[in-house]
Amino acid sequence: MLGKTAGGLYWMFRFLERAENTARLIEAGFRIALTRSNDAESEWKSVIITSAAQQAFEARHDKYSSGNVVNFLLRDPENPSSVLSVTKSARDNARLVRTALTTEVWAAVNETWMLLTETLKRPIPETELPAVLATIRQQSALVRGALVGTMLRNDIFDFCRLGTFVERIDSTARIIDVKYYALLPSPSFVGSRMDNVQWETILRSVSAHRSFRWAVEDDFTAPAIADFLILDDRMPRSLSHCAAQLVNNLGHLAKDYGEAMPSHVLADRMNARLKDRDIGSIFDEGLHEFVGSILRENAAIGMQIETDYRFNH
Amino acid sequence: MDNDQAHFDEMLGATGARPPYAGYDAWFSAQDRTRLAKKAAEAEAFFRRTGITFNVYGQSDAEERLIPFDLVPRVVSSSEWARLSRGIEQRVRAINAFLYDIYNRQEILKAGIVPIDLIAKNAAFLPQMMDFNPPGGVYTHIVGTDIVRTGENDFYVLEDNARTPSGVSYMLENRETMLQMFPELFSKIKVKPVSDYPKSLRRSLEASAPSSCEGRPCVAVLTPGIHNSAYFEHSFLADQMGVELVEGHDLRVVDGHIAMRTTRGYRQIDVLYRRVDDDFLDPMTFNPSSMLGVPGIMDVYRAGNITIANAPGTGVADDKAIYSYMPEIVEFYTGERAILKNVETHRCSEPDALKYVLENLADLVVKEVHGSGGYGMLVGPAASKKEIAAFAAKLKSNPGNYIAQPTLSLSTVPIFTKKGLAPRHVDLRPFALVSPSGVNITPGGLTRVALKAGSLVVNSSQGGGTKDTWILED
Repeated sequence: MLGKTAGGLYWMFRFLERAENTARLIEAGFRIALTRSNDAESEWKSVIITSAAQQAFEARHDKYSSGNVVNFLLRDPENPSSVLSVTKSARDNARLVRTALTTEVWAAVNETWMLLTETLKRPIPETELPAVLATIRQQSALVRGALVGTMLRNDIFDFCRLGTFVERIDSTARIIDVKYYALLPSPSFVGSRMDNVQWETILRSVSAHRSFRWAVEDDFTAPAIADFLILDDRMPRSLSHCAAQLVNNLGHLAKDYGEAMPSHVLADRMNARLKDRDIGSIFDEGLHEFVGSILRENAAIGMQIETDYRFNH
Repeated sequence: MDNDQAHFDEMLGATGARPPYAGYDAWFSAQDRTRLAKKAAEAEAFFRRTGITFNVYGQSDAEERLIPFDLVPRVVSSSEWARLSRGIEQRVRAINAFLYDIYNRQEILKAGIVPIDLIAKNAAFLPQMMDFNPPGGVYTHIVGTDIVRTGENDFYVLEDNARTPSGVSYMLENRETMLQMFPELFSKIKVKPVSDYPKSLRRSLEASAPSSCEGRPCVAVLTPGIHNSAYFEHSFLADQMGVELVEGHDLRVVDGHIAMRTTRGYRQIDVLYRRVDDDFLDPMTFNPSSMLGVPGIMDVYRAGNITIANAPGTGVADDKAIYSYMPEIVEFYTGERAILKNVETHRCSEPDALKYVLENLADLVVKEVHGSGGYGMLVGPAASKKEIAAFAAKLKSNPGNYIAQPTLSLSTVPIFTKKGLAPRHVDLRPFALVSPSGVNITPGGLTRVALKAGSLVVNSSQGGGTKDTWILED
């Protein structure tokens, strides 16, 4: 496979994952704005910070209002991480690697781009926002379904999955990073309105506020939520699950190519840090510091994959 | 139908459907119009979803457009095709012989048949190709000959696209679409298949590999990238052949060969089907600012370590001024009369011809010698007085840049409209593959159709559409 093709596949799926994650963040923010309007502005601000877009946002808007944030994250072409921009980037990458994709995957991405370009042409009124966000989630499920259902399990598939999980680790880690204070086990917060709002947002941003109840017998406590997001292998957006997937897909590549690369060593190391841990030891280490280091390691793994598999040079 | 009887309609003669269309006509008259209209809309949605689009230069908002597809096929009988394909093969062989001669001994210039100026002053002539024999002696591996028809037995070659002809993906996709929409038609009417083209193309390219190549040759398609107007076709062909689609920045010279950067290191390429123009192929030899090519590829080529298809410098043969000498060129190299006719062509570089052209602009089609895609041409009968005057000024300032041809009365084939069938002018581009083992012409081609009533411009960049082209079995 061409190095460029591997890069195109990897980035196509990073962008698709980003579109989906952004839609989830907006959904969580919107929910807060609807139900607890006093907290809306600060909630929208943390959504923007989680998307790593504070500077770009503030250059364009004075106020963290629902309208401004939703518009910026969904359809601002000047925001390279808006759903509109990343969908176009995903589709450009898909066009670049078209020969590596099944017709179903290509058509799903192309259709997603056509549909979202049309849907996001005009500002989205509040009444239509839930439907638009649902469309974004549905479309990304369509692409994922086509990928899982029709692609050969070879190096092409592995590069797609690597993009998905590097992006997902980044997203989940950012959510924890921005909200880490709400997850700290401080007895004075328990049961207060503030942490309840925060916990709900956190779980909603990863579409897990229902699965948490099913999977975790524990009550809504900060350590239980942190444990769920960081260490619970069953949770498809947890750091631990995604790190294991990275190791798994890199393992396939190593077997396929008969050679392990430096990125494999980095991924193994990150994975090991997330295995056989309990959440208490992470709190001892410092939650903020821990998540910060995962973000850095994940970025380093992404860059090392690009080098190892010659995406650009 | 309109009552314009001046044009030869390929489907409907004076007494009903012409024989090749008899089967289709019978089927069509039994169809429900509403159902057909629905099918047409389905086809469009299918093309859009699968991204069978082209990019239009100079249009930033509507980056990708569909080429409109008309569901009425263009039908050619097997005896008509036999003659056409014989004529194309003869012409393609002559063009290869001509190119070899031009880049070696130049007998045809010495014999005074083609004026030396036409070569020496030709921008498509590449001195770097002199005294060099490309692998297998093939210059034009892929040719798309544009043919028009004016009557029952009158076929003319309009252009010999010998550089990088495009459109073959539409030939294949149009047939796929017809098969999906109207499978019953193909069980009633025996149509020669076109689906072997990608396999034949790969075989033909492999057969043209350098003689030093060991094992199965590695073929790749070189594209300028996703913004090129024909990107869909480039990726389609690579995919259908099962070979890599590369861009210049994927390639470099490694140990005297061209190699592509893969996830596991560099891998040698033996045959490069390039869809990048000569100018951009090698910044070290041609346009130094090109980012699309591969620095040093011409050295590798001249060392005999890669096949470039089509060979650099083939454009000298599809120049519109050279075109006017094609009957002589065919006779010079094959010793036979040309089977396919040339359109009478006035070379504006000649004073008498220029005078005639200026006096008759309103009746002529004037084209740039190196132009393509329908850009920069004047269709006299369709032009306003103002446009004609402006064109006359351009023509006078640089006569050598133009040729003029009479406006041919192009044949029509009906298209499907809301009001039923309506005749529209068509042309035909069959595709010929050339390798050291012979010439292979896929039975079919791309039929382009002018969608506006009366229009003679079929180019997709100018609002033309396409049709499936059927060559009937005997």
